[in-house]
Amino acid sequence: MKVPLKWLREYVDISLSTSELARRLTMAGTEVDAILTTGRDWEKISVAEVVDVSPHPTADRLRLTTVDLGGEQMTVVCGAPNVAAGQKVAFARVGAELIDGHSGEPAILKAAKIRGVESAGMVCSEKELGLSDSHESILVLPEDAPVGTPLGEYLGDTIFDLDITPNRPDCMSVLGIAREVAALSGGSVREPPGDYEEQGRPIKGRLSVEIVDRDLCPRYCAALIEGVQIGPSPPWMQECLLAAGVRPISNVVDITNYVMLEVGQPLHAFDFSLISDRKIVVRRARPGEVLMTLDGTERPLNNDALVIADAKEAVAVAGLMGGAASEVTEKTTAILLEAANFNPANIRRTSTTLKLRTDASARFEKGLSPELAMVGIRRAVRLMVELAGGRAAEGIIDVYPGKKRITRITVTQERLRRILGLQLPTLQVRQTLTSLGFGCRWVPPDRYVVRVPYWRTDVSIPDDVAEELARIIGYDELPITTLRGAIPPAQPQPSRELRERVKDILAAAGMQEVIAYSLTNLESLTKVLPPEELRERPPLRVANPMSQQQEYLRTTLRASLLGTLSSNLRHRQGRIALFEVARAYLPRPDELPQEMESLAGVVTGDRPDRWGQPTGEPVALYDAKAYLEFLFDRLGLTVTYHDGEEFTLVPGRTAEVRLDDQRVGLVGQVHPRVAAAFDIEQDVYLFEVNLEAVVPQVGKPRLYQPLSRFPAVEEDIAIVVDEGVTAAQVQAIIEAFPLVQRAVLFDVYTEAPVPKGKKSLAYSVAYQSLEHTLSEAEVNRERRRILDRLKGQVGAVLRS
Amino acid sequence: MTLPQLQELREIEDKARKELAAVSDEEALESWRITHLGRRSRLNLLLRGLASLPLDERRQVGETANRLRSQLEEDLSQRQAQLSEAAVTAAVESGRLDVTLPGRPLAMGRLHPVTQVLRDILAAFVSMGFQVVEGPEVEWDYYNFEAVRIPKDHPARDMWDTLWIDYARNEEYPMLLRTHTSPMQIRVMEQMQPPVRIVSPGKCYRHEATDPTHEWMHTQVEGLAVDENISMADLKGTLYEFARRLFGRERRVRFRCDYFPFVEPGADMSIDCPLCEGQGCRACGNSGWIEILGAGMVHPEVLTNVGYDAERYTGFAFGLGVERVAMLRHGIEDIRLFYANDLRFLEQF
Ligand SMILES: [Zn+2]
Repeated sequence: MKVPLKWLREYVDISLSTSELARRLTMAGTEVDAILTTGRDWEKISVAEVVDVSPHPTADRLRLTTVDLGGEQMTVVCGAPNVAAGQKVAFARVGAELIDGHSGEPAILKAAKIRGVESAGMVCSEKELGLSDSHESILVLPEDAPVGTPLGEYLGDTIFDLDITPNRPDCMSVLGIAREVAALSGGSVREPPGDYEEQGRPIKGRLSVEIVDRDLCPRYCAALIEGVQIGPSPPWMQECLLAAGVRPISNVVDITNYVMLEVGQPLHAFDFSLISDRKIVVRRARPGEVLMTLDGTERPLNNDALVIADAKEAVAVAGLMGGAASEVTEKTTAILLEAANFNPANIRRTSTTLKLRTDASARFEKGLSPELAMVGIRRAVRLMVELAGGRAAEGIIDVYPGKKRITRITVTQERLRRILGLQLPTLQVRQTLTSLGFGCRWVPPDRYVVRVPYWRTDVSIPDDVAEELARIIGYDELPITTLRGAIPPAQPQPSRELRERVKDILAAAGMQEVIAYSLTNLESLTKVLPPEELRERPPLRVANPMSQQQEYLRTTLRASLLGTLSSNLRHRQGRIALFEVARAYLPRPDELPQEMESLAGVVTGDRPDRWGQPTGEPVALYDAKAYLEFLFDRLGLTVTYHDGEEFTLVPGRTAEVRLDDQRVGLVGQVHPRVAAAFDIEQDVYLFEVNLEAVVPQVGKPRLYQPLSRFPAVEEDIAIVVDEGVTAAQVQAIIEAFPLVQRAVLFDVYTEAPVPKGKKSLAYSVAYQSLEHTLSEAEVNRERRRILDRLKGQVGAVLRS
Repeated sequence: MTLPQLQELREIEDKARKELAAVSDEEALESWRITHLGRRSRLNLLLRGLASLPLDERRQVGETANRLRSQLEEDLSQRQAQLSEAAVTAAVESGRLDVTLPGRPLAMGRLHPVTQVLRDILAAFVSMGFQVVEGPEVEWDYYNFEAVRIPKDHPARDMWDTLWIDYARNEEYPMLLRTHTSPMQIRVMEQMQPPVRIVSPGKCYRHEATDPTHEWMHTQVEGLAVDENISMADLKGTLYEFARRLFGRERRVRFRCDYFPFVEPGADMSIDCPLCEGQGCRACGNSGWIEILGAGMVHPEVLTNVGYDAERYTGFAFGLGVERVAMLRHGIEDIRLFYANDLRFLEQF
């Protein structure tokens, strides 16, 4: 909402500087978004009075115009047809910057001889001043314009661009802002006059108004003005409208807009002669009803839309826009003026359905007071009588089914203290509320009865009154205290704790955390999920996506992680290791989706050398697995790895991660086909962990292993087994022996002399007892048993 | 007269001393020891020959020889110390390194800047007795809007452009991506009785075009404290303390009136712009102040909606954007950088 300060000053005296005024409004809830100024650069242009107009000696269409600049007189050549003695005009001296009337470009005014007459200055048109495109005639200023005043000072203005919160429709008006200013600066408000002489015949009997759908229209006021002459509105009104960002159209339309901006009540003017049967019916639209609105659009109306109709058909969409058929035109002489009140939710629904938002609907949807209708209509009729030469009919039709009692709120002193944290003196409470137009009565011993002014539809409970007091006194004036009272007992948050630990562990392991969007497109999901899964468990779709790129809630982190990797590979060589911990959204019928905490990681690129440069040796499955081993070690969990299969991953290079025989994750090489779908040409390894499945296992403390006081005997054992035998199998067999304190795999060898289809595994085995020093015989016996069992269970032979 | 053995001892001493001075490494020192103090050394042979001397001569020569022996042993150990000291010095001298060479790279991982800043924010509140709780990102209209006093067709819905889930029930869409963390106020209060003191972080979503200051996905932290006797003064005190912990003790804060349907009175808090120290710059729109959170006293109807006694209990709530705090802290000018996940950006934190 744009509020020109000149206009604002009509209703309240402003004793504060512009910046202080802006600060106080902002602090009190009406944020000043921007302070705009107009007309400040009109150098060498001032207000002048035309004292003489005489014919040019040699040119018929030119006149010699003498202007008084306040003590100094100058004669210039002027070609405008409307120049006349006695006018106040804008006069530019040589050197002023003006907009050239023909080219539209700025140019410096020079002295010139026009048809033989010296001319050192110019009477300006609106176009030359950059005010509008009008160039045929000169700008005529109001009669009271002070001669000699720089034009910038006279016409220029400061405009507040205000951000009005949705609870304050009353502040969507200059008068509403004036009320705020008065309360904030200790001034008082001058209400604009709404009285006028009723010279016409009574409206009664000449117009009927019926409200059919009373739930949607609490009040409808109608007035009649006849003998109206349609023409431009006066310059002062146009100036106000332009400064507020509204284009002037004609006196009647301008008055309705002016009054809406002034007091906040939207109005509509119909051409009375085009209202069938002189009858207004407020009703819901009929099935299939269509209305051509003022903007030339055919609007089909649904049954929920409220219309203003005459005897035959709809003539306006209530609270939104009038119909083209009953529009005021140059031929109009009788005006039917409407000021009504409509149900806010209904206006908003219709506005949404029609995709039509207007200055009127923006006000109605926020809940205007029905009382305002009468204020608005009286003000507008007065201006029409004054400025459009109309005769006001006697009386105003006022159908008011929704009249409500004045709101009175009982506010205890104790409630104010509890909300604000301080005890306000009674006098201050009363003064503050009164300055805002509230009534306030102190009822001893402990309460106030507060009468809410009609325009404050947002105030209904004691806490609202507390806010009024706080914002006018200033939030900064409230005390500052710290919370006392008991701190509630802490609830465990195992899932959150695990997630944060996982992030720390993986970052410590050298991985970079990323956070990707939760929404993705179907195409990316198709790249990483089997078609049958997408078919059977389709991801949740957004009904109104911003784009197809962000249409589906991801059910896996894989796709976005590979996408992130791909975009980084464009400018990055060497090893990249990324992870994300986030939610996957798994749909459930008629329920909110399961939001599953998941972990995904990817590793790719070459291992770094001493300088951190890529070595040409690419990372392998075991680099990816190392992160998982590190992670589970730090979490104190023992997991096992088994051959696994997964849509996205290469078979035979994929391991399933199990915790207590339950699958909790996987690790493997991303299938080159999948990688290629993300424009990745190199090998990529991926791991995933379902953190929800891990949560219940975390937090159990590890049991301590006692340290032996006796020496360990260490030796290497190399065995040859079939390729199909896994390291985990062999490890498990060796470690099962009681005297084996530790067995570490240190070599895997498949070249000759190891036979084809076989492999050699070499272990460093430590034997140790907690009770005594092992004898050579004991160690030999244990080794023999190990080898026997390896032979029996996995067909291992000792490598010679 | 002088005994010939004493004369010999003097010669032994002179020779040993002279040779010891010339010794320059451990090896030479060992052969010196063998020569002069070993079993076959002249000194040792002389001592062994003492038995053939008369008693008083034996004593005189013996004493002198033993004294010489311990003197030479002491010389030896001194020389040994000198040599090993010299050897260490030489080793150190020859081992000079260019200390400006870069360290051998460790794989360096980092947390996302939003994670880092979020943790700092939560830590500030946790230290004031707030508990961290989390809730769903896909929400019912009821929790996101209805229960926090934003019914259908309420103009305040314009403040939260919503992404709706394609799931219709009675021709309406009841499921949405939460537009703010405020539904957690309701979820928490439904689960527990006062006193309540929680913060709830999480992702939120808006149907919004992106630009340097707008992003459709963002991270918020909701705060809620409900108890008997909580006032706006407590709200101010808590948030003031938070701002100073996060942005520095010298920060000034400003509370102004603002509107959110679920609080009354409503407020927002600004800090004096840390980039220009409150002088006014582009980041703060020349105002010197930067708004960092919305807050207010929990509206009594919200308390009633969860079955609390709104006469007995009061409380405050607040909501703040984590990315905004991160932007202020690191001087980031484009919010879209956070979720673009460009390593050149992420690796700066
Ligand atoms: Zn600044």
